[in-house]
Amino acid sequence: MADIYLDNNATTKVDHEVVDVMIPYFLEQYGNPSSIHKFADGVARGLKNARQQVQALIGCEHDSEIIFTSCGTESNSTALLSAIKAQPNKKEIITTTVEHPAILNLCEYLEKEGYTIHRLPVDKAGRLNVESYKKLLSDQVAIVSVMWANNETGTIFPVAEMAELANAAGVMFHTDAVQAVGKIPMMLQDTKIDMLSLSGHKLHAPKGIGVLYLRRGTRYRPLLRGGHQERGRRAGTENTASIVGLGKACELALRYIEYENTTVKELRDRLEKGITESIPHCFVTGDLYNRLPNTTDIAFEYIEGESILMLLNKSGIAASSGSACTSGSLEPSHVMRAMDIPYTAAHGTIRFSFSRYNTLSEVDEVLKVMPGIVATLRKLSPYWDGNGPVANPEQAFAPTYA
Amino acid sequence: MWDYSDKVKEHFFNPKNAGAVADANATGEVGSISCGDALRLTLKVDDDTEVILEAGFQTFGCGSAIASSSVLTEMIIGKTIDEALQVTNQDIAAQLEGLPPEKMHCSVMGREALQAAIANYRGEVWKDDHEEGALICKCFAIDAVMIEEMVWANKLRTVEDVTNFTKAGGGCASCHEDIEAILEKVLAEKGEKFDPGAAPVAQPEKIAAVKTPLTNLQRIKKIEEVLESLRPALMADGGDVELVEVIGNTAYVKMTGACNGCQMAAMTIAGIQQRLMEVMGEFIKVVPATEMAKLTNIEVA
Repeated sequence: MADIYLDNNATTKVDHEVVDVMIPYFLEQYGNPSSIHKFADGVARGLKNARQQVQALIGCEHDSEIIFTSCGTESNSTALLSAIKAQPNKKEIITTTVEHPAILNLCEYLEKEGYTIHRLPVDKAGRLNVESYKKLLSDQVAIVSVMWANNETGTIFPVAEMAELANAAGVMFHTDAVQAVGKIPMMLQDTKIDMLSLSGHKLHAPKGIGVLYLRRGTRYRPLLRGGHQERGRRAGTENTASIVGLGKACELALRYIEYENTTVKELRDRLEKGITESIPHCFVTGDLYNRLPNTTDIAFEYIEGESILMLLNKSGIAASSGSACTSGSLEPSHVMRAMDIPYTAAHGTIRFSFSRYNTLSEVDEVLKVMPGIVATLRKLSPYWDGNGPVANPEQAFAPTYA
Repeated sequence: MWDYSDKVKEHFFNPKNAGAVADANATGEVGSISCGDALRLTLKVDDDTEVILEAGFQTFGCGSAIASSSVLTEMIIGKTIDEALQVTNQDIAAQLEGLPPEKMHCSVMGREALQAAIANYRGEVWKDDHEEGALICKCFAIDAVMIEEMVWANKLRTVEDVTNFTKAGGGCASCHEDIEAILEKVLAEKGEKFDPGAAPVAQPEKIAAVKTPLTNLQRIKKIEEVLESLRPALMADGGDVELVEVIGNTAYVKMTGACNGCQMAAMTIAGIQQRLMEVMGEFIKVVPATEMAKLTNIEVA
């Protein structure tokens, strides 16, 4: 069987139709969009078209609210730094404990610069408490930044509701929607969201292209100053081929969004059900009733994620893990810790994330090999004895930690 | 994913001596706080000869943790417990044909489980004496705890000081921001302020750069002199370097101790080469002595 790619929250394959529309911008229409000659002739039109394709996918009111950037991280940094530069007297930021490092590490840096960072905790199912969020909103807060959907568990946050509350308190609202755009329908013009980040490579466009949505009228300070590109809001020669590619990818995402929420979701559910029914001592993490349709994050107790991934890889299956070992960092995933998942389970979490390219036979193949992989590793585990965990695993095996 | 050697993969996919030894008379249970991995090592030791007859491991951990456990059991079976205690974590890594710097702690865990099991056999309680922190310098595998201790102990004030005393930051230099953060923190605890322009506390030994052409003998002596000046830093890490031969502009060196078996040896060699070129004022290639065997025109002893 051909290799199986179930790591689409990490990045996606570029759609063939996307590659096809990009090629002419490398070989024929390679002129600088600012130039006045035939090599740049169609480029401005291509960019305009792409802007409208993005606009249609996220449902914003004007295409001029779309600013092309180099990636999701740039969009996130631009949003937060713009908010604090435009409102120098406001010294607080509200975010969550489960954001992507693109937000968390920036906030940690701003904390050193003297900002107060409020990090909203989540419960065991990865949900935020909107009541405690309300109490934090004040005229001291420069910006709220809450992800639309979590990259590890797929849990969706109530960003529209939270943006309403922020707006009522006179506070700017940004959402990192890198995982959500293209997977769930959105209509930004009906919300009070001021800024939104998205990334091309999560929706079958190439890496190196992103978007910052900036609601018309939102006070803004550019991160990059220089030329007049993007109406002076993001200087730097446009990445024309990738912008056109992202436009096409957004058009396709809109076309497939129902498929994503029906067929892709069924594949995900089939895998999740199959695994949890055939393998003892595993459970799904996050908010099962409010999740992206393509994501499942399963904790396999008493074994470690990198080992699982290596055995999956040997069977030609690609997924990812919240284990510390896969990242080279000290701790298991901050998302798992925030949800208070015991560490013997947090280290064994595997995220399977689907795309429209996945098939039923791929799901069945994973279901065929997964029980054997888990059993193999449990045989090696000091927490496991024969057919089940040892009695009182935490007491039975209590190593000296160094 | 990690760049694991074939040997690591071999031991991971086909682990040796997995599971607990029946009627074991020595058990060691240790964990590595740096990644949550944990290992139980059980041994059956012959009470008369103190020879390890059987060894088994149970590991909760990543690929390299399982491989380190597996290879450890192979290395110690048949040894007396005194002989087994001579096995260092570098030996484990070397047996696995090297581990990525971030994963060297897996070999440390193996060594500690062995110490704990032998202490258990002797009716002693094993206590761990080293603490591990976040990995700061990936080029030379130096962690935060080590840097903090050195800053305290030697009253270091600048990134340059830290590099001189620990090597941290002496490679690609990407970690300088993190080192500055550690300096800021420690100096604040001491009631001082971090000043990036502060004078270094101690200058490393400077060797005069070569200006005039050298005879072959002078040239080799000069290379020796440079290696000598780098030796203390290597030895602080439990490693060493020895000049084996100079042929044309190639210096063949033997990396020993901790340097042997660590994938960072290549990085260290690059650092030695850089330093040599600075002093000698000519292009010098530093190559592990093992490469000499590939030359056809010289006899290798």
